[in-house]
Amino acid sequence: MARYDRAITVFSPDGHLFQVEYALEAVRKGNAAVGVRGTDTIVLGVEKKSTPKLQDSRSVRKIVSLDTHIALACAGLKADARVLINRARIECQSHRLTVEDPVTVEYITRYIAGLQQKYTQSGGVRPFGLSTLIVGFDPDTGVPALYQTDPSGTFSAWKANATGRNSNSMREFLEKNYKETSGQETVKLAIRALLEVVESGGKNIEIAVMTKEHGLRQLEEAEIDAIVAEIEAEKAAAEAAKKAPSRDT
Amino acid sequence: MECVFGLVGDGFALVAADTSAVHSILVHKSNEDKVMILDSHKLLGASGEAGDRVQFTEYIQKNVHLYEFRNGIPLATAAAANFTRGELALALRKNPYSVNILLAGYDKDVGASLYYIDYIATLHKVDKGAFGYGSYFALSMMDRHYHSGMSLEEAVDLVDKCIIEIRSRLVVAPPNFVIKIVDKDGAREYAWRESIKDAGVSAA
Repeated sequence: MARYDRAITVFSPDGHLFQVEYALEAVRKGNAAVGVRGTDTIVLGVEKKSTPKLQDSRSVRKIVSLDTHIALACAGLKADARVLINRARIECQSHRLTVEDPVTVEYITRYIAGLQQKYTQSGGVRPFGLSTLIVGFDPDTGVPALYQTDPSGTFSAWKANATGRNSNSMREFLEKNYKETSGQETVKLAIRALLEVVESGGKNIEIAVMTKEHGLRQLEEAEIDAIVAEIEAEKAAAEAAKKAPSRDT
Repeated sequence: MECVFGLVGDGFALVAADTSAVHSILVHKSNEDKVMILDSHKLLGASGEAGDRVQFTEYIQKNVHLYEFRNGIPLATAAAANFTRGELALALRKNPYSVNILLAGYDKDVGASLYYIDYIATLHKVDKGAFGYGSYFALSMMDRHYHSGMSLEEAVDLVDKCIIEIRSRLVVAPPNFVIKIVDKDGAREYAWRESIKDAGVSAA
C-alpha cells in the first residue's frame, strides 16, 4: 500500500485515494466540533483543549465569521483552516462586489469544497487536513442552513452533525435526541452533544450562536457554565425520576 | 457638474453631495446617492466619471469589509484613507480612475476626521474640503463661516448656505443634495435637500 500514497493523483488498485483518507485521519484526531440547526437559531460548538497558562486564549478563535451571516467551525489542521478561511472570506466579498448580493450558505460551501477537491487532483500538493461545519442564514429566504465539507471535497447539508474527535459518538447522540428546536433549546442540544465527549465546564467548550437578527455571537464562559449546570440538573432529575417509580413497586 | 463637500464638527464629520446622474445634456436621475456608507463608522463621498465612481468605491468598500473579517476589528479612518489613496496611486500610471473622494470617519481614539483624496491620489487630512465647480462656492462659504468645533445645527446651517450659493450661482447647478453624518453612533443619512422631486407616473 505504501507505493500508492506518494503522489495523491494516483489511485490505488482498489480505488482508494490514500492521501485523502490520511487527511480524514488527521480530521479524526482534531478537536471535536458540533453544529445544530434550529428553526431560527444555528449553534456551533467546539472542544477547547486546555489552554497553556501563558497563552492568550483570545488569539485562538476556533469559530470564525466568514461574512455577517455565515460562520464556520472546523476540525483538523488549524493552519490549513487559516488558508481556507482566508480564501472563503475573499470569495464572500468578491461575490458581493460582482453580483451585489451576499453569498448563500450553499454557494460558499460549494466554493470551499471545490477548493478542497482541487487539492486532491493536483500534482505536488497535499489535501487540506480539515473538515468544516458551515452555518448561516440565506440572505433572501432567511432559511437557516448547516453544511459539512471534508478533505475529499464532498459536501452535504445537515440538520445536525459533528466532526473531529469522537464525532461518531456525538452523531449517535444527535441521531437519538434530535428534534426541531429553536432559541435556547438549540444551544442546549449542541452543548449536550459536546458534553458526551468533552469534559464538562465552560472552560473546555466554545459555543457560538447565530441568529438572523444578531449574526454570530460567541457565548461567554459564564453563560456556558450556566447552561451546563442546567443540563446537569436536568440529567440528575431524569435519573432520579427513573429510580423513583421502581422503589414504589 | 458634480459637487461633493464636507467638514468636521464637534465629535462628528459631515459629507454632502449632489444627487444628479448626468450624461451629456441628459439628467438620468436626480436621486443618485453618491455618499457611500463605507462601514459602520465611515462615509465615502465620491464624484467623477460615473462608472469609475461606482466601481472604485464598491471595490474599496468590499476590501474594507474583508479587512474587518480577517482581523476581527474595523480599519481605522486614516488607514482606510491611505489604502484608498494607495489604490488610486497604483492605477494612476496604468489605468487611472477619475474619481475624487472625501472620506469621513469616526474613531474612538482620534474622534472625527475628514480626508481629501483627489483623482491623482493626493491625500490630505482636512477640516473642510470640496470637489467640483461647486467647490468654488462651497469653499468660499466655509472659509468665511467655518470654525472648529461646530455643533451639528451650525454645520448643517453652513451646508445649507453652501447649497444656496451653488444653486443660485452655478449655471448648471444640481437641484438636489444628500447630507450624511458620522459620529460615535455610526454613519448615517442625515437629510436630503430637494428642489426637484422625480415626478411619479401620472395616472392614465
